[in-house]
Amino acid sequence: MVFDISRIEKIREKMAEWTKEVVEPILKKLPERKREFLTEEGIVVKRVYTPIDLAEKNWDYLEKLGFPGQYPFTRGVYPTMYRGRIWTIRQYAGFGSAEDTNKRYKYLLSIGQTGLSMAFDLPTQLGLDPDHPLAWYEVGKVGVSMPSVVEMDIVFKDIPMDKITTSMTINATAIEVLSMYIVVAESRGIDRKILGGTIQNDILKEFIARNNYIYPPIPSMRYATDAIMWCAKEMPRWNSISISGYHFEEAGATPAQEIAFTLADGIEYVKWVVERGMPVDKFAPRLSFFFAARTNLFEQVAKFRAARRMWAKIMKERFGAKNPRSMMLRFHTQTAGVLLTAQQPEVNIIRTTIQALAAVLGGTQSLHVNSYDEALSLPTEKAVKLSVRVQQVIAYESGVIDTVDPLGGAYYIEWLTDEIEERAWKIIDQIDKLGGMVRAIEVGYPQREIAKSAYEYQLKVEKGEIPIIGVNIFVEPEEPKIEVLKVNPAVRERVVNRLRKLREERDNVKVQRLLDQIAKVAEKEDENLFPYILEAIRAKATLGEISKVLRDVWGEWRAPEVF
Amino acid sequence: MSITEEKKKPYLLELLGLDINPVVGGRRIKVLVSKLGLDGHDRGAKVVARALKDAGFDVVYLGVHQTPESVVNTAIEEDVDIIGVSILSGSHIELAQDLMKLLKEKGIDYIPVFMGGIIPPQDIPILKKIGVKEVFGPGTPLKTIIQKVYEMAVKKRELEKQLRR
Repeated sequence: MVFDISRIEKIREKMAEWTKEVVEPILKKLPERKREFLTEEGIVVKRVYTPIDLAEKNWDYLEKLGFPGQYPFTRGVYPTMYRGRIWTIRQYAGFGSAEDTNKRYKYLLSIGQTGLSMAFDLPTQLGLDPDHPLAWYEVGKVGVSMPSVVEMDIVFKDIPMDKITTSMTINATAIEVLSMYIVVAESRGIDRKILGGTIQNDILKEFIARNNYIYPPIPSMRYATDAIMWCAKEMPRWNSISISGYHFEEAGATPAQEIAFTLADGIEYVKWVVERGMPVDKFAPRLSFFFAARTNLFEQVAKFRAARRMWAKIMKERFGAKNPRSMMLRFHTQTAGVLLTAQQPEVNIIRTTIQALAAVLGGTQSLHVNSYDEALSLPTEKAVKLSVRVQQVIAYESGVIDTVDPLGGAYYIEWLTDEIEERAWKIIDQIDKLGGMVRAIEVGYPQREIAKSAYEYQLKVEKGEIPIIGVNIFVEPEEPKIEVLKVNPAVRERVVNRLRKLREERDNVKVQRLLDQIAKVAEKEDENLFPYILEAIRAKATLGEISKVLRDVWGEWRAPEVF
Repeated sequence: MSITEEKKKPYLLELLGLDINPVVGGRRIKVLVSKLGLDGHDRGAKVVARALKDAGFDVVYLGVHQTPESVVNTAIEEDVDIIGVSILSGSHIELAQDLMKLLKEKGIDYIPVFMGGIIPPQDIPILKKIGVKEVFGPGTPLKTIIQKVYEMAVKKRELEKQLRR
């Protein structure tokens, strides 16, 4: 306790006086706008916060906060935070052919982006080559098509892979795609040991919310942990997973649900790798996280701070981690796509600015700001430039990053951080009771909870309880049409032609031998698949071919439909 | 649920102030809601499915990773009155073309199709020309969706009667 009890009593006394003599007369003349003010979590917000609120929670500075860069990392994972270096400006991008994507990446780097974030098309994410019948509609639509190492080489033409870090949103086919990146880097004389970046590799959240899974949960967990364990040994600068809450938020999760489900996924991965025999401090420092930033500024800041404190505690107490780096929750943030409106799209720039500010005040390590046109299509160059500029204005003009955790110590923020944390622990307890996240997913628990939250949120929008500018208030009858990005339909042909050529020119006997080997290793449970997939990719096996082998061994997952 | 139970108005219709009865000619309107293509974003489809159910419609929810074939086959098996598909991957035009073509081949193109998702306004006239009856973009109120689904389904029932004569 940092509060002197006699002073707290004095404040209590003065506050009662103030309420009676100052507030109540005002309320008679001017009632407050609402009977109750609620956060998005549903927490009742008080009129004003004082030391009393923290005293009631037995709040202790050293226990709850400590110092930046020290356990429990509430104030940030690094001692100097943005005074040393600003966050990485990392816009998620990729579309069409490898050539289109290479051009967009160079553009982003030219306007001041500091790291890359690769978007892959749905066939790539689902292990289908672009000439597969199910892939036909989707080649190059929501990301770049990546069937083989040849495409990766084109995407990174004239981009210094040894100097930039690259994040890849790839999960069910993470090993295949990272292998392509390694092979291209090595062909340019860059050792994989110095490559920096991230693979998302978080299959659990695919089952819960994002839906780009291939195999059933158990073999999927083996695949994901193979990647974590191989990276821990072979790629010391690579984040082997990005444990994601973003997609829960997008699917409807409340802030406490978002962090609770994410940390529960984290617990499951750590449990698996430890059970497979790797000591926790060997791999945990390279686990990373990914959250959403919504417009409800203070609650979002509280969410990030609570998540950091909880993960530190989980790693230290539950898993006995000794290395402080194992306890650090390092995270990427993306502004919440679901909060973009198709109506009056320019207003989205204002929303994303507040959301980006929440991420920065919450201590993010990297940031993607959505573009104003993304409720309509993929972003144009003009729109994406503004997203980068939003980040730069916060970084270079606002001064909010001149001190570490500037909101730390604010009665409201600390109280709210505790409130979110308490709610999130309750959800984690529930998942523990169900037997962990894999089991919880199999019985549909997180899926159901998120769907319920999404529906309740929508009903509040319908009732006008949640106001959205341009949608249910300040609506304008005529919507101006804005320019949108169109993906060139010739992409499919170009990628498919290159794929055919590759299949003709490579050593097909060797490829077949390596694919057979993958099938054999997939059947065993205790051998790591990564080196075998890497060799197959090096021999120009395609993503679809490797995925087909694994599908044949492991089967495909059909989800229980919950709505 | 028996028809007589319908005397109690579904709570969502009450809440949204909608004056419709989803039981038409003694038969409850049956809606197929599905994702189409490889795209996994299912929040919108699930919310719409749940809302239609709470508004008193019969709802068949197909879930993610559906093809034009699987949607049309289910529409026939389940004898639905109307089909709703959600697409956020940018493949809406090609998918709509194939879906409409298949409905025509099976002789059931009188079943109305509505769509939701990330659809640029420029594409809406193209989709309507292909045969999609309504496109509900982001921010469309549930009230509008339910009302229009009801109207489209009622028209379909009338059309069906005429076709049978």
